[in-house]
Amino acid sequence: MGARILLDHGEGGAASARLVSEVFLRWLGAPPVLEDAAVVPGAPRLAISTDSFVVRPPFFPGGNIGKLAVCGTVNDLAMMGATPRYLTCAFILEEGLELDELDKIVAAMAATAAEAGVTVVAGDTKVVGRGEVDGVFINTTGVGFVPQDVTLSAGACQPGDRVLVSGPIGDHGTAVMLAREGFGIQSDLVSCCQPLADLAAVVLEVAPGLRCMRDPTRGGLATTLLELCEASSVGIVLSEAALPIRRQVRAATDLLGLDPLYVACEGRLIAVVPDHQADAALAAMRAHPRGVGAAIVGAVVEAPAKLVLETGMGGRRPLVALEGAQLPRIC
Amino acid sequence: MAPLLDERARADALVARIQAAVTRPMALMEVCGTHTMAIGHHGLRSRMPAGLRLVSGPGCPVCVTPAEDVDRAIAMAKEPGVIVATFGDMIKVPGTRGSLAKARSEGAQVQVVYSPLDALRLAQDKPDHTVVFVGIGFETTTPTIAATMLRARAAGVENFCVLPAFKVVPQAMEALVLSPQTDIDGFICPGHVTALIGVAPYLPLAEKYGVPCVVTGFEALDILEGVAMLVEQIAAGEARVENQYKRAVPYEGNPKAMAIVDQVLQPCDAMWRGVGVIPGTGLEPRPEFASMDARTRVPVEIPPPADLPKGCSCGAVMLGLLLPSECPLFGKACTPASAVGPCMVSSEGACAAYYKYGGA
Repeated sequence: MGARILLDHGEGGAASARLVSEVFLRWLGAPPVLEDAAVVPGAPRLAISTDSFVVRPPFFPGGNIGKLAVCGTVNDLAMMGATPRYLTCAFILEEGLELDELDKIVAAMAATAAEAGVTVVAGDTKVVGRGEVDGVFINTTGVGFVPQDVTLSAGACQPGDRVLVSGPIGDHGTAVMLAREGFGIQSDLVSCCQPLADLAAVVLEVAPGLRCMRDPTRGGLATTLLELCEASSVGIVLSEAALPIRRQVRAATDLLGLDPLYVACEGRLIAVVPDHQADAALAAMRAHPRGVGAAIVGAVVEAPAKLVLETGMGGRRPLVALEGAQLPRIC
Repeated sequence: MAPLLDERARADALVARIQAAVTRPMALMEVCGTHTMAIGHHGLRSRMPAGLRLVSGPGCPVCVTPAEDVDRAIAMAKEPGVIVATFGDMIKVPGTRGSLAKARSEGAQVQVVYSPLDALRLAQDKPDHTVVFVGIGFETTTPTIAATMLRARAAGVENFCVLPAFKVVPQAMEALVLSPQTDIDGFICPGHVTALIGVAPYLPLAEKYGVPCVVTGFEALDILEGVAMLVEQIAAGEARVENQYKRAVPYEGNPKAMAIVDQVLQPCDAMWRGVGVIPGTGLEPRPEFASMDARTRVPVEIPPPADLPKGCSCGAVMLGLLLPSECPLFGKACTPASAVGPCMVSSEGACAAYYKYGGA
């Protein structure tokens, strides 16, 4: 059995220093001098976001909690039109966690950070007793630079706009759920977990009229679009026939009584663009490796309409907010 | 995504057939909760012409289980040495006072099982306890429970018994037709139930009472086709029993399963929650299986039951007199998070279906 996390690893002494150098700095790189905070070159308009990650299990098809912890925060920045630059990360580790596992998680963070163009500039580690946390929880805070002329807002959607999604929905939540619960379902489904800043930049470039972007994480596409409807005082009509949903996701959610419209994505973006730029945005997404499965899935309409699904049968039904979470701890 | 577009064209064609046939107001009842859910999920009500009303019937076995049976199960679970095993959807259903879930939180022994065979296994694992399985369900569930009783008998398991709260569907449909309150022009008959009982039990509804019946599947196109077949019969002044769901439902049903039911259970009168007693619509153990009847194995005293909570319209909803959204409590005092009546508690209850699909 390999080495494990001990309470000492969180106490700030020699064991802490060893953990920092042997795992974190090894993967995430060492600044010339370790200070209490990173001082970095900046820009006048900053985007800042923070997120905590508690996914269970920490390793799932298509990623792990480390990759997710980078993607989640980087994507929140990217959705504001920011270029993500810096990340801090804070770990809460359970006594007894295998060092090998932590090593894999941090290695994945490093690889994903490089892919996303961000530098991890500061971090913190705490260790708590067995049973006081489930393996490893990670918080990341990200900083990005926003170009002067970019103003995206959930409140900017207007009737006539088109709603695009960059690929199949529900992959992440379904993959994590199957990894966790099994249910005896065999599947080759992997999480869509990926950084989206480069894809977002492409959309911004070809569709300068872009109203807003969102990554539909917890609560999935429907919950995110409900937020847009609320913020912009508009309605959105979604076309079920146009929604990209993988067969495996459809089958697994059907079997378990879940609605893929409410299942989390971690590597998809929703863009609301003016009608005349929709085709350009779609083509640009599809030409990008992270947006191959993109589709135009809906249109913004006047209030008082809210979020409505036009079903494959041509019926219409309102999509409403879920009472609680369909699936807990998927990010 | 191509198949969906193809389905859409077929859906449009069926809707056109429906529109052409609905030349006067008509009301169809979907008897089965699974149909109610599918109609909501696909937004089919929005595709129906104004003159056509789709009403939900008493088709959720959890919803129609009377408060009295819930009270009895709770009282049994509180008896020392007794474990009540039940399907999960029964556990939150309110009785006169509280639910099995509440009783469990107070220390009563209640266990959720996914199959009656799990309850039998539980009895085998705990020979010093009496395991009471709550026998709710329509013809789709009854055969597996009857088969479990046969297996318990064969294996000599003596600490397993069943609280009979079974219901049969066609006789209840007949009662609906005879009720002066209801006005139903046609029945969307439950495909799954019919796969067991066969098509013949609906014949009296059509031949004696002149109400057309179409055995219908559960895909959106099945339902649209079933509706089209019904409204065309009504428009032509006909009343026949047709089978839209031939790919799953043979005319004779599943005689082997029904024979097992008949071997173990016999008809009795049954109380339907919010509706009242309907003669001959229940099933109870035959005298030779009396030792497996929980009512005699675990005798309990229960207070006089109050069938529905105050203000609850579930009875009218299950008779098709009221749409769930027409109940004054719907979506206000009564939501899935704090349900007042059984139709909002059960995931296949008409009120829960309407709520989930935005009142559509």
